[in-house]
Amino acid sequence: MKQIKIALVGQPNVGKSMLTNAIGDTTLHVGNFSGVTVEKKEIKFKYKDYEISIVDLPGTYMLTNYSIEEKVTSDFLLNEEYDLILNVADSTNLERNLQLTSELLSLDKKMLIALNMSDEAKKENIDINANYMSELLGVNVIPVSAVTKEGIDKLVHNTVQTFEKPKKTTKLVFSEAIEEEILNIETHLSENKYNTKVSYRKIAIDLISENKETYKILHDEPIWITLQPILLDSIKHIKTHHDEEAMIDIFADEFMAFNNGILTETVKVQNVDSSKLTTTQKIDNILIHPFLGIPIFLFLMWGLFQLTFEIGSIPMDWIDGFFVWLGNSVGDNISNNDIRSLVVDGLIAGVGAVVLFIPNIIILFVGIALLESTGYMSRVAYLLDGFFHKFGLHGQSFIPLVTGFGCSIPAYMSARILKNDSDRLLTLFIIGFMSCGARLPVYVLFVGAFFSPESSGNILFAIYISGAILGIIMAKILKMTAFKGESEPFVMEMPKYRLPSAVLIWHTVKSKTWMYLKKAGTFIAAAAVLVWFLSNYPHNDILTNSYETKIGLTSNMEIKNNLSNELNQKLLEQSYLGQVGKFIEPIFEPLGMDWKMAVALQTGLAAKEVVVSTLGVLYSLGGDVDEQDSTLIERLHEHIPFASAVAFIIIMMIYLPCLAATIVFSKEAGGLKYTVYLFLFTTFVAYSCAFIGYHVALNF
Amino acid sequence: MGKTIIDCVLNKSYLVKKLHTTGALRQRLISFGILKGTPIKYLASTKMNATYEIQVGKMTLALRQEEAMKIEVEEYETN
Repeated sequence: MKQIKIALVGQPNVGKSMLTNAIGDTTLHVGNFSGVTVEKKEIKFKYKDYEISIVDLPGTYMLTNYSIEEKVTSDFLLNEEYDLILNVADSTNLERNLQLTSELLSLDKKMLIALNMSDEAKKENIDINANYMSELLGVNVIPVSAVTKEGIDKLVHNTVQTFEKPKKTTKLVFSEAIEEEILNIETHLSENKYNTKVSYRKIAIDLISENKETYKILHDEPIWITLQPILLDSIKHIKTHHDEEAMIDIFADEFMAFNNGILTETVKVQNVDSSKLTTTQKIDNILIHPFLGIPIFLFLMWGLFQLTFEIGSIPMDWIDGFFVWLGNSVGDNISNNDIRSLVVDGLIAGVGAVVLFIPNIIILFVGIALLESTGYMSRVAYLLDGFFHKFGLHGQSFIPLVTGFGCSIPAYMSARILKNDSDRLLTLFIIGFMSCGARLPVYVLFVGAFFSPESSGNILFAIYISGAILGIIMAKILKMTAFKGESEPFVMEMPKYRLPSAVLIWHTVKSKTWMYLKKAGTFIAAAAVLVWFLSNYPHNDILTNSYETKIGLTSNMEIKNNLSNELNQKLLEQSYLGQVGKFIEPIFEPLGMDWKMAVALQTGLAAKEVVVSTLGVLYSLGGDVDEQDSTLIERLHEHIPFASAVAFIIIMMIYLPCLAATIVFSKEAGGLKYTVYLFLFTTFVAYSCAFIGYHVALNF
Repeated sequence: MGKTIIDCVLNKSYLVKKLHTTGALRQRLISFGILKGTPIKYLASTKMNATYEIQVGKMTLALRQEEAMKIEVEEYETN
């Protein structure tokens, strides 16, 4: 079986990921704002006798090294092995998209072009002669639509053909002056029989366009001595012809002239009334209105959290009931006390406590996916940049920050869209203040236990928004102290609004929910069992026996119950977990927390969901015997004072993210040093805020 | 320096005359197709004119006032 490796390249918002979805029928995450594909993703599928792998590279406007994600793409294209380039372009905006195409043509590789969104182009009366364009460019051009799947088969078929046939000479031509100099350098290279894998033309273009890599390579070669004067002359000649100073402008101009030539020949646009507003403009008139824009955004976010709570709580009761039933019926069939406790109190209680929050998680993820895929996210970046800028953040920091409400891991990664190091580091430090989806169960649990059902949605919204506000204040403080320096310019595309595709949202949410469930079944189940073990052992037979004798001696039911509660409490306290908890209790005492809460917070360092399962295990073991059937919410309400609960929530909002996220943070920030800073920073802020919160809440 | 984007009349077409910036920002602007002679239109701005929305070709871009002030434009004769 032959293997074909394809590099998928295109500008942001041209539907690259969606096209890969259509081709390979897989499930990649697709978004409608710059920077969805932050790392290259690879998908594989079989077609006839070929095994095709597509590397989906981050969207880039040009092959320059402006941001890290753009660097990922150009590094891959220049240094890695692949068979051909598949360039995806937006049919409705070819004048922009061909700019990258012509740069790609200058790489001199096998290539084909997919004109995506051909269905939209038809609607906009844009008529593209793809065959003629193929002829003019010297590469195959295929109109496709990732949405309607039109042309996909032809595209795959053409990919194989391009792979099998020898490379066609691309027809990228420059203006006379440049072509003349390219020829000069080519001649010099061939006269000296310069040995290289790439074509002479490519080297010549690279040298003239001041490509640093090519300079480095040639600089170490003997030919450099004779080449340099020729090159200097060439550049001087070109610059006198164009009265621009910088080569980058000259080449941008050249590419644009070439593209305009192609477009005049191949694209016919039926006259449309330009005074008529497009749908996007009409929507923008409302959504980015100078006065209404921000209130609308806040309202939408508020609505999302209301939905999360209101609709989410309906199936929660069913799930809760199911796990109580499961625990009871499984428990009845296990005679061994230890094993029953392990299964019912450890496994089922722990995993059940986490699975319970699936409905909330789904709603939150659907909300974020909608924000991303419609194009609204970049509008919000536009609206908020002025405000963010005052606090030392960047409008585009908003994208990683909102992603942070879902999960910190992709959020840390999407911070790469910020080029400036100090802007990016600052954003990385603040992401944790945006409470992630895994923290939601803890909030829902505590809000449910301590607030009335009517106010739950509002409290939840308040938790999220105050976390975000605190984050922004912290950004200002950090900007003034640790991350001084120039801010990055803010220049961002605002893509057309697109109707979200139900299929894509479904895929995104499905894969995220599945990941959450998988985590619940593996990592969290294991953690729950571990917590169960640590809280049940060592057994203390002397203590148990002495209490059981006492219980046997009395006939008063009330005294019996009290004694057995006391026993459970004492057993828990002398367990391994109890010992650890007692050891760290003094640290948490000023916050009004007992050792159980302290332990739950520590387990949250592994994963935030574990906090819930730990509380589930700890409070079901130490709970009242005659209240075995009460829910965790009721038990928390009974055993935890209000002020301590407030302190607990505040710590949850601020302290170190989970282990996996911390590792990603360390990688993205560029060193363990920053992880130590993050730990110290979050711990200090969390503790001080919780301390204040506790004392304020004591007054209620 | 002559007129820049911040002096433009709303929804009127102008031509880019000169980019008063070098380095990364210049590269960024060029990568969005903002070159000498490109038609450009000022569409909207946020409160206090902190951020501008402009149209370049078929693309809508957002940029800060600081950046908008670095793009010099000239009147564009439509008819």
